[in-house]
Formats: sequence, structure tokens, C-alpha cells
Amino acid sequence: MTTTMPAPAEAAPAVEPMARSSRSWLRRLGPLGIACAVILGIAVVLAIIGPYLPGLDPESTDLPNAWVGPFQLPGSPLGFDAQGRDLLSRLIFGARTAIVGPLIVLIIAMSLGVTIGMIAAWRRGWLDSFLNFGLDILFGFPGILLAIVAAAVFGGGLWAAAIALSVAYLPFIARVVRNAAAKEGAMEYVAALRVQGVSAWRISVRHILPNISPIIVAQGTILFGYALVDLVAISFLGLGVQPPAADWGVMVNENLIGVLQGYPLPALAAGLVIVTVVVAVNVLGERLLDISEGRR
Amino acid sequence: MATDDTLLDVRGLTKVFGDRTAVDQVTFELPRGRSLAIVGESGSGKSTLAKMIVGLEAPTSGTIWACGADRSAPATGSRERRVRGRQVQIVFQDPYSSLDRRQTGAQALDEVLRLHHDYGADYRRTRIAELARLVGLDDRQMSVRPKALSGGQRQRIAIARALAAEPRIIILDESVAALDVSIQAQVLNVLMDIRDATGVAYVLISHDLAVVRQISDDIVVMQDGRIVERGTTEQVLDDPQEAYTQLLRASVPEPGWTPSRRQKRSTT
Amino acid sequence: MWWVRFFALRLVRLVLTLLVASFIIFCALELAPGSPLAALSGGRTLSPEAVAALTARYNLDDPFIVRYVTWLGGVFQGDLGVSIGKRQDVSEIILGRALTSVTLVLMASIIIIVIGITLGIASGLRDRSSNLVTLAATAVMAAIPAFVGATLLLMVFSATLGWFPALGTGDGSFTDLVWHLILPAVALSIASIAVVARVTRAAIREELGTEHVQTAVSRGIPYPAIVRRHVVRNAGISIVTVSGLTIASLIAVAAVVETAFATNGLGSYLVQAAASKDIAMVQGISLVFVTVFVLMNVAIDVIAALLDPRTRAAGAVA
Repeated sequence: MTTTMPAPAEAAPAVEPMARSSRSWLRRLGPLGIACAVILGIAVVLAIIGPYLPGLDPESTDLPNAWVGPFQLPGSPLGFDAQGRDLLSRLIFGARTAIVGPLIVLIIAMSLGVTIGMIAAWRRGWLDSFLNFGLDILFGFPGILLAIVAAAVFGGGLWAAAIALSVAYLPFIARVVRNAAAKEGAMEYVAALRVQGVSAWRISVRHILPNISPIIVAQGTILFGYALVDLVAISFLGLGVQPPAADWGVMVNENLIGVLQGYPLPALAAGLVIVTVVVAVNVLGERLLDISEGRR
Repeated sequence: MATDDTLLDVRGLTKVFGDRTAVDQVTFELPRGRSLAIVGESGSGKSTLAKMIVGLEAPTSGTIWACGADRSAPATGSRERRVRGRQVQIVFQDPYSSLDRRQTGAQALDEVLRLHHDYGADYRRTRIAELARLVGLDDRQMSVRPKALSGGQRQRIAIARALAAEPRIIILDESVAALDVSIQAQVLNVLMDIRDATGVAYVLISHDLAVVRQISDDIVVMQDGRIVERGTTEQVLDDPQEAYTQLLRASVPEPGWTPSRRQKRSTT
Repeated sequence: MWWVRFFALRLVRLVLTLLVASFIIFCALELAPGSPLAALSGGRTLSPEAVAALTARYNLDDPFIVRYVTWLGGVFQGDLGVSIGKRQDVSEIILGRALTSVTLVLMASIIIIVIGITLGIASGLRDRSSNLVTLAATAVMAAIPAFVGATLLLMVFSATLGWFPALGTGDGSFTDLVWHLILPAVALSIASIAVVARVTRAAIREELGTEHVQTAVSRGIPYPAIVRRHVVRNAGISIVTVSGLTIASLIAVAAVVETAFATNGLGSYLVQAAASKDIAMVQGISLVFVTVFVLMNVAIDVIAALLDPRTRAAGAVA
């Protein structure tokens, strides 16, 4: 240990810039990262205020308008879908389930996963082995499969699918948190705090958790992307968000037939929106992961 | 049994990991007012011994008494842990992981002061300043994150954090081993000044006999988990009886040390 | 004999995992709102004879655990129950549709491995500028859900170019099946190609930076030889692991693709069974899926361990 330490620079880096402001964060995200954050931000804003925007009508059907293209009728810049509903309105309304669904997954999977991961890291021994085995079994259930089974048992819907996916994603979060917390817990300052008499709870919550939070945030962002993809897929299958509600997955399903009949825009537009948001979330998540692991 | 003059009393201490005995029937006493060095190569069991004394490892068998209280078994309850924390503290080796990187020195000390003492905010601030002066750090160095500090400065904060509990004993587990030679000398001087000022006793865990000579009054030499030689520092270092001790000694320059054995590291 | 211990441990864990998984799937029937009978019948009203038959078939009068054990015993003999909707043995239906799904996943696997690893190695060995293109392309591909990919492929290759059939599985011959499965297999592989390419690229880059490769370069060994002898082989472990896990996960995603292309596979039937609450059918197919998925995971684990000299070294010591 005495020979391989990185050179201790005693001629110290004199003063740390006290204001480690958000600007340094933005710089580390880079232009691409910021762009992705902006795209995600727009989706979130639309999810919140979209349904209150004036002039949108996602649900009233008007069969004569079916497959009418962009700008052919006033007030409909993107045209109409298979049932003559305004495409733009439906895309905007669809932001809500697209954001809320993954958020439910994130909240459930994160709160359980972080708790289990922290306990496993702290207790080691048989409890760790037991939790590990339990997580291994959950690994045996692909998220989509679990969601399909949940839909069969409880009926389709966003909640059943979101809860099933939370359970399926739980092991990933728990394992990441466990490994990060175990690594942090092996640091000498943690041993020093234990010798001081600081409780395990306080060390976990006040020291270990804040220090590994960048990794948790990054993994959460990546998880959000996965959850979004899986949830729209389940809605596409007809087992998630139920028609006639505007959901991007439901929209692809409803308009798939148009692709073969020469009216690809409605299905394609919904697909494009999904891909755009997922790319933004994934790239942002990877950026955050790089930052949290000190690679940027 | 421990007399009033014995600060730390370790008897028959043994730690077995699987089929390997890391510490084997170790017995020693630390009398009030003296400092003890435990020397040996890495793997000799000295760090495991230190971890058992501070309660980070549970002994397989044997007893540990510190400040007249039995601490052979792990503490039950957080109150008991805090009481033990005010008896024995430890400073570890690695300056890069010895501090929470999100806490400034002042915050780290404040957390410990609040844990152990009922001081008001003003008095805590005074104490932090006193402790900082004791280890030779200024206000600015206490108010930045560890990232902005050098290895020696971080170890000084770790020492101040141990002192904040006002312990009777501080275990120095290779605490200066990772530091550059000149920095090492500064920190050792700080440690000796602290002993004069507070009367704290040191248990020095080290493989570096030059450091040992400077700090400790007595020595026990460990090899493969057992104590192979003991005596005063002068006796053991100037006239080693055991072949192992002679070997350890031979690898260090003569008294009046210039520790050139260490690999030179750049101090840029 | 470290590997005896290694395989024994894996086997024990495998059996335990499958047991617990089967229990969870069996519980699905119990969890369903209403009585198991209602769940089995999918909410249809049944004649008294049918009720009696179902009660006898599923031993509905027995306690829960007894029923689980009986059910599991039946599973071991290939009896997965009766589909109410189809009035047919679940195992028969599964066997009848398995070929389509297996072919689909195999075709997708080949596409993923060939294109993903080739892309990854090529961009891993190249310079920065082409990497940016690969990175951007893989970032977009990784974000394309299988059903969106299906939409795109249908539009371009069926509706516009007319190169491939759009829906179904053809006239029943195997060649026609493969022909009909080309677009679904591509849709299934898009995102996975990106994942495998990225991991391959990262593994190659990391391996290129390691000491022994740098040493080999400095000793003047020809670059292609280094790549073949050191880089690709050592990067192999992570590539095998990630490719394997990605392909294993296709088993579930295939349900989405099969639905999009109206392919008569296990996955699309699982979705229909779920929608019509044909619980016995859902249980049977998910049990098959989970078993295959878990077996594949174990196989990947074992292959990765066999490839890794460190496991062997660790095993030899322990």
C-alpha cells in the first residue's frame, strides 16, 4: 500500500472554487446532454399542461376525416388518424401516460431497490445471500412477460403493467445500489464513523446514500427509458393503456393498418415521438452515468 | 486484571478467519502515560488486532478492556457504541478514503462533536477552531471539501476528527504510512504535540521502525498473528533478541534515520 | 475439481429458481380476482358438467399446496392444463406453435450476432470520426422499440417496395415460414444489434488499451495478429455475456413482434390468451418462456465462466 498511492500533492490545490454552481454541471452534460434534457423537459411539460392547451381534441371521432393528411383541414397541422381523430391532439395528450407510466415504475422500483440494495450492502452475510437469491429469481422474469401475466390476472391497464415492470426492474436497481454502497462502505471514513459510534442508519442515509446518489440518478434515468419502451409496447399489445385513450403505443396499434393501406403518417408519427423521447432519455442517462463515474 | 493504571488491557485475543488464524493469543497492556507500538510486516495480524480493539471485528476469543470497561463483545445499542467511541479512536492509513468527500473538515468535526457532546453551536465552532489549530490547519482549509486538500492535510483532519471525541486512546493504524517523508515528519510532530497537550495515549500500528522509534515507549513485535518479542523501544530496536525482529530492523537504516528506503514519489 | 462444485452450485440454484418461478406462475391463478374456476373459464358461464370436469381436472377441492404439487407433477409429464378458449390441451397448442417462435428468435439471434459484433469490432478498431457515426446510429437504434421498427419495415419493405410479405406465416412450408419471418426477425433485432455493437466496441477498446496489448504493439507484432490473438479473444467474455442476455430477453419481446406482424407464434398467442383471460394458457406459455429464459441465463453464465481464465484460476485455488 505504501508504494502505489497516487502522488499526494502537498503543494495543495489551494482553494476549491466554493461555488460549484450548476454551470459546471451543464458544462459536463455538454451540448448534446443539454439538448436531450430539453427534449425530455418538453415531454414533461406537455405531460403536465398538454390536456389544458386550447383547441386540442384527442377523442371525438369523425369517420369521414379518417386518414385525412396534414394541413388539409384548418386546425389540424398533422391530419387525422384511422378514426378521424386529430393526430396532433392525440400525440400531445399521449405525453401524459408516456411520462407518468415510467415515473410510477421508477418510484416503486427505486424506493424498493434502494432499500434492498442498502440493506444487502450493509448486512452482508446470510441476509445478503437471501436477497441475492430473491433478486436472481426476479431476473428470471423478463419485464414484458411479467406485465402480460399481470394483465391476464388483473386485467389490462397502466397500473398493472407499471407495477409488474417495477417488480421486474427491481433487481437491476437493487444490484447497482448494493455494489455502489458496498464500495462506498469499504471506505475508511465509514469505518471511522462506526468507531465514533455513529449509527448504521445515519451512516447509510447521511453519508453513503448522498455519495452514491449520482449513480442512482443515472441508473434511474436509464431505467426510465427502458420502462417507457416496455410500457408503450404493452399498450401496443392492447394490455396497457386502453383505447380510446391517447397513448403513443395505442396509437401505433390503431393506425398500423394504415401503413399497409398507404397512410403511414399516424402510426409513424407516434413511433417517431417515442423514439425521440427514448433517445433523449438514454443519451442523458449515459451522460449522467459517465459523470457519476468520473469519466467526464 | 486491569489496574487503575492500565488504559488498555488485551488478554488471549484470537481471531480466526475460516481456517486461518489471523491473531493468535495476543496479550499486552498499555499503561497510563505511555505509548505502545505494534510492529510487524503486512499480514502479521496487526491491523486485525486494531480492528478488534475498536470493535470493527469481533474477537473469536479473548478479552479487551479499555479505560476500565469490557469491550470484548460487540457493542449493543448506539449509546454503548458512543461511549466506546469516547474511549478509543482510530486513524486509518489511506488519506484518500479517510474523509467523506461531500463534507468539509469543519462539517466532519461538527458531526462528531454533536454526536458525543451537548455543546451549543457557538462552543462547537470554538472547539472546531481549537482542534484545527491543534493539528495545524487554518480556517480556509477547514472549510473546503477534501478534494482541495493534500494527503497530509486530510490525515490532519482525520486526526482532529478522532480527537473531537476526546478519547483516552488513539490507535494510529499506519496513519502516516501513505504520506511523503517530509509530510510524515510534520504529522508525527503534530501527533507528539497533541500528546503533550491532551495526554492521549497512542497505540501505533506500523511496519516502519523509524516512525516507531519517534513515537512509542514500548514495542510488541508480531509475526503470523503471534507476539514474538516485547520490551521498551530502545531495548527492542537497539538489541533485538528474535531473528524476526533483527530481520525487520535490518531492512531499516540505523537510528538517526533517513528513511530513504521509501520510494520517492513526486511531490508536485 | 472446482468445476464439479461450480456446476453443482449452478444446478441447485437453477432448480430452486425454476421451482420458485413455477410457484409464482401457479399463484397467478390464485391471485386472479374471483374464484379459480371463474379465472379458468375466463368469465364464461359453464354448464354444471363443465364445472365438474374443471373441478376434477384442476383438483379445485384440494388445498392450495396440494394443488400446486399436483400441477407441478403434471407439468413434469408435459401436462400444462386445458385452454378453455380453444378447448384443447395447452401443451398441444404450444407444440403446434413453437416452431414459428423458435425460428423467429433463432433468425433474430443470427442477425444480432453477425451484424452487432461485426459493427462493434469494426468501430472499436477504427478511429474517432467513424466512431461518432456508429455511436449516433447505435443510440438511435437502441431506442427503437420492436413494434416501431415493425411499422417502419412494413412501410418500406412491404407497402412501398413490396419485397416481403406483410403479415402471417405463409403456406405452411418451412421455406415460406422463413421468408415470412425475415421482417419480424429484423424488427426483433434492431435494438439488440445496437446493444451488442456498443458492448463489443467498448470491450475491444478496453482490451486495446491494456498493458499486454500495448506491449505486443511495442514489440512489433503485426496489428492484425494482435487483434486476433489477444483483443478479440479477451473481449469475448463480455461480448458473449451481453449478446446472450440480449438474445434471451428476445423471448418476451417476440410477443410484441409477432403481434405486430400477425405471426402465429407462441408470443402472439400469449398476448391473446392474456387479453381473453385464458389463465391456463398464460400459465403454460409463461412457464415455457421463463424456463427457457432461465436456462439460457445459466448457459451464458457457464460459458462466460469457462472463457474466463480468472474463474479457472480462482477455482483451482479454492
